[in-house]
Parts: sequence; C-alpha cells; structure tokens
Amino acid sequence: MTPIRIIESRTVVLPRENIDTDQIIPARFLKVTDKAGLGKAAFADWRYGPDGGPVADFALNRPEAAGCAVLVAGDNFGCGSSREHAPWALVDAGFRAVISTRIADIFRNNALKNGLVPVVVDPASHAALLAAPGAPVRIDLEARTVTLPGGAAVEFPIDAFSRYCLLNGVDELGFLLSQEAAIAAHEGRTR
Amino acid sequence: MKAAARTPARTLFEKVWGAHLVREESSDTPAILYVDLHLVHEVTSPQAFSVLRERGLPVRRLDRTLATMDHSTPTLPRGADGRWPFADREAEAQVAQLERNCAEFGVELHGLGTPAQGVVHVFGPEMGATQPGMTVVCGDSHTATHGAFGALAFGIGTSEVGHVLATQCLLQRRPRTLAVRVDGALPPGVGAKDLVLAIIAKLGVGGGTGHVIEYLGAAVRALSMEGRMTLCNMSIEAGARAGMIAPDDTTFQWLAGRPRVPRGDAWEAAVARWRALATDEGARHDREIALDATTLAPMITFGTNPGQAIPVTARVPDPSEERDPAARASLEGALRYMGLVPGQPIAGRVVDAVFVGSCTNGRLEDLREAARILRGRRVAVRTLVVPGSQLVKRQAEAEGLDRIFREAGAEWREPGCSMCIAMNGDRLERGQTCVSTSNRNFEGRQGAGGRTLLAGPATAAAAAVAGAVADPRRYAEATP
Repeated sequence: MTPIRIIESRTVVLPRENIDTDQIIPARFLKVTDKAGLGKAAFADWRYGPDGGPVADFALNRPEAAGCAVLVAGDNFGCGSSREHAPWALVDAGFRAVISTRIADIFRNNALKNGLVPVVVDPASHAALLAAPGAPVRIDLEARTVTLPGGAAVEFPIDAFSRYCLLNGVDELGFLLSQEAAIAAHEGRTR
Repeated sequence: MKAAARTPARTLFEKVWGAHLVREESSDTPAILYVDLHLVHEVTSPQAFSVLRERGLPVRRLDRTLATMDHSTPTLPRGADGRWPFADREAEAQVAQLERNCAEFGVELHGLGTPAQGVVHVFGPEMGATQPGMTVVCGDSHTATHGAFGALAFGIGTSEVGHVLATQCLLQRRPRTLAVRVDGALPPGVGAKDLVLAIIAKLGVGGGTGHVIEYLGAAVRALSMEGRMTLCNMSIEAGARAGMIAPDDTTFQWLAGRPRVPRGDAWEAAVARWRALATDEGARHDREIALDATTLAPMITFGTNPGQAIPVTARVPDPSEERDPAARASLEGALRYMGLVPGQPIAGRVVDAVFVGSCTNGRLEDLREAARILRGRRVAVRTLVVPGSQLVKRQAEAEGLDRIFREAGAEWREPGCSMCIAMNGDRLERGQTCVSTSNRNFEGRQGAGGRTLLAGPATAAAAAVAGAVADPRRYAEATP
C-alpha cells in the first residue's frame, strides 16, 4: 500500500444522511471476483439515470468534481453491508478521504485497509464543510488534523495502529502473520 | 489451589471477548481476537483467496472454516439440461470461483443442490457450527444473526476475510456494550421482526454504532431461537456490528443433535460451560435502553432506512414536524422516493410484490407464520416464498407449507438470498413496491428504482392477500 501523509484536495459534498453501502455501490456490481475498475459503479444509481445517461446535477457529475479526492457526506456514512467493494469503488473513483460526523463501523474498518481515510469531525466543522462544496481542505494524517475552508485546523480521532499502517503503507495481514507464536499459544490453551 | 479471588461481574460480551484474546489491546495496537468459526460465501471471498494465493499462504484452520453459496445463486431449479439458471455469466463465474477456491484450499463447501446449502446465516446454526460462547465472523454484515446463540458474531470486509483465512485472527478495538431490555410480553400477532423494527426506530440507524448489543428481558427470553435470530440479525441495521442473547434451555434444545455439536458427555460439559456465559448480576453495560413489549404492534417501514418504521396502523410522518433540518431533508427524500404523502395511513398503500425469505425471516417458523395467513386464501400480487436453506425447504414441504403457498398462487423457490439483495435475477422493476421480510429498505435494494417496505412474515402475507399494506391481525383467523 502507498504511504499516506497529506491529502490536499477540493471537496465533493453529498449532504444526505445515512448514505448506505447500497448507494455507494449497488449490489448488482458485486458479482466480480477482483477489485479493479469499480469506480464506474460508485453511486451508480444516483450518477446515472434509468437510461444509463449521467444525471447532470449530481455532485460527482459536475465538472468541478473532477480530480476531487475528499468526499464530505451527511451523518452516518457507510451504514449497511460489509461489502469492501464500497471503499474499493470510492478509491477507484479517486477518493482518498471521507469526512462525516459519523462513519459506520464496518465501512470504517474496510476504508482503513484501502487507503481511504475516514475523518469524523464535530457538527460545527461538518456544517462548515457542507456549506462550502468545492472548498480546498488539507488532511494531515501525521498531525491528525483537517484544515477547514476558513483556515482553522480541527483534530480528528484515528486509531493509533491504523494511522501507523496508513503513514507507513503497512498492511495488517503482515502484522498478524508475525504473531504466529501468540496465536499458536492461544490455540494450545483453548484446545 | 489458590483461593479464588472474587472475579468482577462481567457481561456476556465481556466473557466471550475475554476468552478469545490472543493479545490484549494497548494504546498502540488493537486486540488480536481469535475466531472460532469463519463462514464463507461467494460474494465477499474471491479477492481474499487471491491474496492467499499471491502470498503462498494456506487456510490456517480448515476445521474452523465453512463455506456455502447464497447471494448470486438462482432460486429456480435446474433446467432439463441439468444446468442452473444463473441470472448472468458474472453470477455463474462467481459461484464457480468459490467452488475452485474451496477445492484448491480444501475448504468444506456446501454448494448448490447439496442437502445443507442455504443462506449462510440460516445454514451455520442448522449445522450446529454456531455455538454459544464462540466468535463467529463472515464477510456479511448479517453475521450478527449468530449472536442469538450467545456467540460474538459480526460481519467483516474482504481484507479481514483474508486475515482470518490466513491467521484465524482479527485486529479489533474493543467495542462498547449496549443493553436493550424488553420487558413484558409481546401481544398476540406481534413477533420478533416487529420488535426489532421498533428497536431500530427507537435507536436510529446509526444509534448502535461502536456498540455490541445485548438483548435482555422477559420478551427476549420468551422468543424461540428463530425469533432470537431475527432480532440479532438486524442489530446491524441500528449500526451495531453484533447483537447477543445469553444462551438458555431454548438455545440448548434447539442445538441438541445438530451435526457439529458435541455428543454424550462432551455435550453435557458444553451445556454447563454455556450456562455460565450469561451476564453476571451487577455487571454493567456502557449504555442501556428499555422498551415495553406490551405496547408494540405489527411494524412496517415507510422510508429508505430500517429506522423509518411505524406501526402498521399508523400514518406516515410529516417532515414539517421534524425540527432538525438534516433529518427533515432525509425524511422528505425518503417519502419522495417511496411515493408516499405525509400523514397518509400506511395501511392501504398498494403494493406490486411480496417477498418472504432471507437471513432475517427465511426459517421454518417464518414460513409457518406466512402460511397461517395464506392458507385457503389467494395472493393478489406476485409473491415469492424463498426458504432460507435446503433443510428449511425439506421441513416446510414435509409439513405441506409448499402446497399452501402454491395453492394461494405464490411462487415456492429454491433457497438463497433472492430478492433481499437482488443479485440473482429475483428483483423488482423500477417503481414497483414490495412488502418484504428482508432487512434493508435502502433505495434500489431489491432492484434499481424498487421500493421496499420491511415487515414480518404475517404482515407480508397479509399484504400479499390484500394487494396492499394491511394489518395481519385482521387475517389471524383461518378462512372457513
């Protein structure tokens, strides 16, 4: 995994609350056996109309959304299923961070394993971000801060181990494999 | 022997969590949690097997890994040519990939057409693979179902499926605990699905985030295992990764004799161990909420998340009465999508289809509940009845439930997730409305543009007969 330290980007804003994983990537796109190319399915039912053509006023379809790496979403982003296809699709669509007031547990875990930084901020900071679509933000993973449109930086919580993995491009499987002795000892105790 | 120091009172969750710690968490590293049972299905496993292959790793504990197929599988029988009627090439390829992966790595697979195959969360308990006090994971958020047995069971992503295949462990931060206490008895005609919809409506779809729920109280104790599974299954719809119920005689009776449970003396020893799992007197949960079962009615959702549920006798809420602007916008959006008007009674809303099945309500007791209403009546709309497993299908057919469904004009299908997730070709057309016993009413969940009203099996069956949302208690008496 590529190490992540700083993410600087303009934002795309989807103010809806409770954006579930079926919206992030509808289930009909899950019939794959690899992870490549899922970006085109991100928010498919909001991005494309019944005829398959793009919905012009949907935030991700606007010209100014091109190249944006930070998604600002309403409260409780990523609720629903455990499909890791959701962060795979968002990362493939160019996103590197999601900001909300609450991010669902399984989605957050999946995001962290794919270089998509889940950023939870307080309601006032969130309101400022929602009110300024396209604003430039700077996420500093080392400092655990996000710089808001007005220039103020607010801290966000992130698990120390997850942060270490993201900063160093380390994957968790390697760490778990290094714990073989402890795992075998546990199996010996509980057999 | 050392004199036993008085151990602090612990919750069910704390006991199961503590017994599975390979390493305690610290500020720097999460806990390493050992997994007793890993259930695998076709949708969330292919990329995990690929990682094993790339790194040259075996599956660490084949005896703790069990696979079946359910999401992409057809629910129509094999054709005359012996081929399964897959929805498309992708679905067929995904199922074939699971077969190849299980063969290559040696994983026990219960595939299409075999006697134990079924929806993974119906199949695991039926196999007796899910047992009290275990940690159970699966690449599926409804793994919460298995908590009905007093297991700590939760959904994981595909990267974590790979971690468990390779190491039998997960890195986890300890969640907080939330007690949901339901006192009193459920009134006649009100079941586990109604209860859980009422709980989610109270907590909100994000209200359980970061928590493991423990369900307590007389109404929970009185539920059958099927009802407990329905309850725990939808914990994730309140944002809680897991829901748990302490095992008791109901649990042990249900499990006794299942293929993977211990026999003889080992069974007695296991039951004694399992009895000690219940939350100790004086143990505290981080949060607690309470509901009075006696006040509940059959519930149905009107919106686009499972928290937007009301009694079937109630009116659709009015967004103008919602003070929080974000919540108001969310409610307005939901009503627009569902084609509902504020203040209209939900009863009478015309529907196009009914789905009875899924890991939430696809077990024998659920089918019996639907059959009680459909017996001697005719469905007014397309009605799909999909058993949760081959075993449920055989049991239902032995009782003649399939005949009741067919004579009522419903379709009796092969086991699978079917129209809960609409990956296998069973789906709604754009604009159609379905009363469904499944777990998610998200936009397009049952097919792009489809509208879902979640309810229990009796309410779904009543809607099938009426062609509209109806109070199932009015259909409670059998027809002459």
